[in-house]
Order: sequence, then C-alpha cells, then structure tokens
Amino acid sequence: MAYQIPNFPDMEYVDRKKRGLTIQVYYREIFRGVWITTKHFFRNLWKWLTFRKGGVVILYPEETRADMSPNNRGRHILVQRSNGQPRCVACKMCATICPAQCITIEAEESEDPKIQKRPQVFEIDLSHCIFCGFCVEACPVDAIRMLPETSELVGYDRFRMVYDKEKLLSWHPTVSDDVVHGYNPNA
Amino acid sequence: MEANFLGINMVNFWTYFILAGGIFVFMFMMGAVMSWSERKQSAVLQDRIGANRASIPLPFGKKFAMWGFINNLADAIKCLIKEDFKPKVYDKLMYNLAIFFAFIPAVLAVAVIPFAGIVKPAEFFNVSYLKWIPYLPEYFAKNLPDYSFKVQVADLNVGLLFIFAIGGISVFGAILAGWSSNNKFSMMGALRAASQMISYEVSMGLSLLGLIFIFQTVNVWDIVQAQNELAWGWLPKWGVFMQPLAMFIFLAAAVAENKRMPFDLPEAESEIISGYFTEYSGFKMLLFMFAEFIEIVFVAIMLTTFFFGGYTVPYMAADGFYFPWGTYVHLSHATVVILQLISFHVKVFFFAWLLQQARWSLPRFRYDQLMQLGWRILLPLAIANLIITVIIVALGGL
Repeated sequence: MAYQIPNFPDMEYVDRKKRGLTIQVYYREIFRGVWITTKHFFRNLWKWLTFRKGGVVILYPEETRADMSPNNRGRHILVQRSNGQPRCVACKMCATICPAQCITIEAEESEDPKIQKRPQVFEIDLSHCIFCGFCVEACPVDAIRMLPETSELVGYDRFRMVYDKEKLLSWHPTVSDDVVHGYNPNA
Repeated sequence: MEANFLGINMVNFWTYFILAGGIFVFMFMMGAVMSWSERKQSAVLQDRIGANRASIPLPFGKKFAMWGFINNLADAIKCLIKEDFKPKVYDKLMYNLAIFFAFIPAVLAVAVIPFAGIVKPAEFFNVSYLKWIPYLPEYFAKNLPDYSFKVQVADLNVGLLFIFAIGGISVFGAILAGWSSNNKFSMMGALRAASQMISYEVSMGLSLLGLIFIFQTVNVWDIVQAQNELAWGWLPKWGVFMQPLAMFIFLAAAVAENKRMPFDLPEAESEIISGYFTEYSGFKMLLFMFAEFIEIVFVAIMLTTFFFGGYTVPYMAADGFYFPWGTYVHLSHATVVILQLISFHVKVFFFAWLLQQARWSLPRFRYDQLMQLGWRILLPLAIANLIITVIIVALGGL
C-alpha cells in the first residue's frame, strides 16, 4: 500500500508491512528513478549540444561564483597612500585583536616627519586566517581592507600562503576611488 | 580458389583473423567508451560538467579535449607509470592470474555473437556507392565469386552454453583476487562476489531456458535467425515479445552477474574499500575496471542478441524489406549488411547507455535484500515463467 502525501504529488508514503507486489518487485521504482535521471540527462545534453552550459556547477578557474556578496570578506589588502606607501601606522591593533594570531608586524621609523611609524614587515598568514574581519574593524586609519574575491587564495605549500607587505600592497588599485584617493592624513 | 597452407584454408583463415581482430578491437573500444561514459554520462545526468581538463595541446592555443575523452589516455599513462603496490605477503601466482580470469572471459564470450548476417564479398562490393574501393571488388569477383561468411567468430552449436561456461569462469577472477591478496576486505568482497554471482547465475540461466524451448536451439546464430520470423504475421519473434518476464529477470540477473549498481556489493566502497581488488594498483586495477566495463557491453550485447533480435532489422530479409501490409522494398546486399551492422550497434549502444543510466540512478541493495531478491523473487519467477512456457510450447502454442 502506498499513500499520497498531500502537497507533494511526487512523493508517497510506503507502509513496509502492507506493501504490495508492485512495490516489492521494485521495477516500478527503478523506472521512476531512471526516468528522472533520463530527463536530466537529455535536457543537459541538449544544452551542451547547442553550445550552452548544461550543468549547475561552475567551471572554477575560468568562472567564479556570480552570487558572491559584495561585502564578502576575502583576501586582505593594505590601503596605499597617494605616494604608494602603505597607510598603516604600525600600531599593531589588528595583530592584537586577531583571534588566529596570523598578523605579524614589525615597525620602523617613518621618513615622513608627520607620521611616527610605518611597518617594516607586515605579514598575514592566510592559512591561519579565519576571515573574521576584526583587523579591518580594529584599524584606526582604515589601512587594511578585505576584497570580496577569494578565488586566488591557493598555494602549493603553506609558506606561499604567507602574504607579505609587497603582496598585500600589490593589489589592483581599481577597487574603488575611496580606497585609492580617499583618506589623506596629511591634508 | 582454394589456397591451402598446412591444410588450412587461407581464405577462411584471413576472414576469421580479421573478424576476430575486429571484434576484439570493438570490445576494447567499447570498454574505452564505457569508461568515458562512466565519467561524462554521470556528470551530465547529475547536472555536473565532468571530465574536461585532460587535453592534447594544439597550435594557436587550442586544446583537443574531445569532451573528456582524452582523460582515458591520461588514465592509461598514469596507471602505467604508477607504483605497482603489492601487499607484503600474498600468493604471487594467483594474484597475477586473477586479473586474467577476470579479464579474458569478458572478451572471450563475444566470439559466439553474430554481429551481422551472411556476407558475400563478391556481391557486397557490387553496388554503386562502393565502386570507389580499389582492387577488392575485382579480386573477389574474379577469385572468390561464391565465397560467403557469417559475421560471427565461432558458429558453435552450443553457443548459449558456451557463454554460460565462460561467464562461470569470471567468478574465479573475483575469488582468486580476493583470496590471494591476503586482505580481509578483499576476502569479504570475494565471498560476496562468489555468493552473488552463483545465486544470480541460476535465475539468469533459467530465464534464458524459456527462449531455448521456444526456438528449440542453443545455437546463437539460429536464435537470432528465429527472432526475425514473424508471429501472427506482423510481430517479430523477438525474445522480449516472446518472453517479456524473462527479459526483466535476465536484465536484473545480468547486472548482478556484472557486479554493477545496484548490485555492486562485492566492491561496496563504503563497507569494504574496493572489495576483491582492494590490493591491486596501477595497471592491474585498471584491467579489473576495464573488464567490468567490457562486461557491461557484453550484457548489452546479450540483451540485444537474445531479446531484441540481435543484428536483425524487423521485416528485413536478405534481399530487402517485406512489410506485413504487403509492400516489398528491394535492397542491395551491401545495404542489408550495413543496416544489420547499424541495427546491432544501435541496440548495443542503447542498452549500454541504459545500464549506465541505471547504475548512476539507483542506490545499492543491502546484502540480505540482494539474496532475497535473487532466491525468493527472481528464481521463483523464472521457474514459473519456464513452466508456463513449457506448457504453451508443449500444447503447440508457439
């Protein structure tokens, strides 16, 4: 015996003690299952044959997710001043708040007399980073930000996951005008 | 012209040499196609993309990936250069012999399957669209005007029994592999394989016995010929129309014999790693997989041959179509042979596709369900089907 479940026309409840021959023989359910997969097969095959994509997955390195949020917390960048120097003043607030303790900062004296310190070493170990965004919130001068994309966060060994100052500064400076020319402590 | 060498008719020798080689290559190519479709068909039916990375680089930055077909080549190369890992203690002879016990029956049993009807080479090349072939038409017309052969490697009188005998060998592959590997998981897989294959061989044999009673022969060639006759003047005597229940029993039993989903308990990866070939690696593992793929094709070939008319096209005789409403369409000999080949291949491809589709759609049985299905459902059904068939045949119904 099989009972239809209300609101779900494709599903039915099977009482195992009262199941009849049609269910025990199993062939009907096999045909139903194969029919579903066959529908998918030919629908997707037709899409492929007409030069469209017949799958719901993404072809990863060539494509990235279209549904990634614009506020997604991905790879870190160090915001630059207009002369290309990092805006960071090496106050170590981000390193202090970091719950994964993945930020290493060593300070040195800045050449600019108006600015006290600048980072000599600024490293983020992205294999330890949990992408909580606390460093961005803690920063008093808006020197560290996170880009939405995560697609390039891969490496063949763990040492390549340590992003140093050069790498953090070498982002493509087209994220927004605010990041490139926004805050100027000298002004 | 009778060219004899050491008492062997050389014309026959070369005919069957080419035929056997061609069918051997066909089975291997089908194995490659199946291992491709295992990846790609499963991907397409599950809304995925599937294998598409392995490619041969071409000039101008183009890549020759052939929808993932090059992955097969990459696989073969990978398996050849991999470490051939062996267990620390194992039975060396049986361990190596098991591969051949698994592999050879899969390609051997196809010898008795007819791929097309009788070919007369002299008449074959005597059509307008094959005139471009050099040398051969004149050669056959001049030297062998009456020569003809069947597109079948071995026309055995016991063809059907031969298939079962060879199929019975393939269980040794699983048992020996599991036993000689000195691994408990392999052993479990081998035990499961042995009990499953022996259980389902019973229902498989009984399901085909009805066909033997109807067609009164175990010769595969004669069974295929008999299926081209018409019942009541319009219905081809295909096995599926004569024995519909036997077809379903045979299908289930053959898939179980083949150790494929939903009967792949001998290699149930979630329970016993990879079953009886757990301890095989590299190319040996590849050969086990390849044997399995070739066996799928062979199941498709058996279904085609015994239940769907083999190479025959409905209403087509050796000289054209005889439709039941009286129309006669003349076809040349070459067209008939080519249509028969196409018919056979279309049927085989369809059933191979269907088996693959079922394999990727269904969950695995539990072991007790498997035994219950085999002994308590399929076997009584097969016996009932056989008894009814025997009574009908004895009363002169068919």
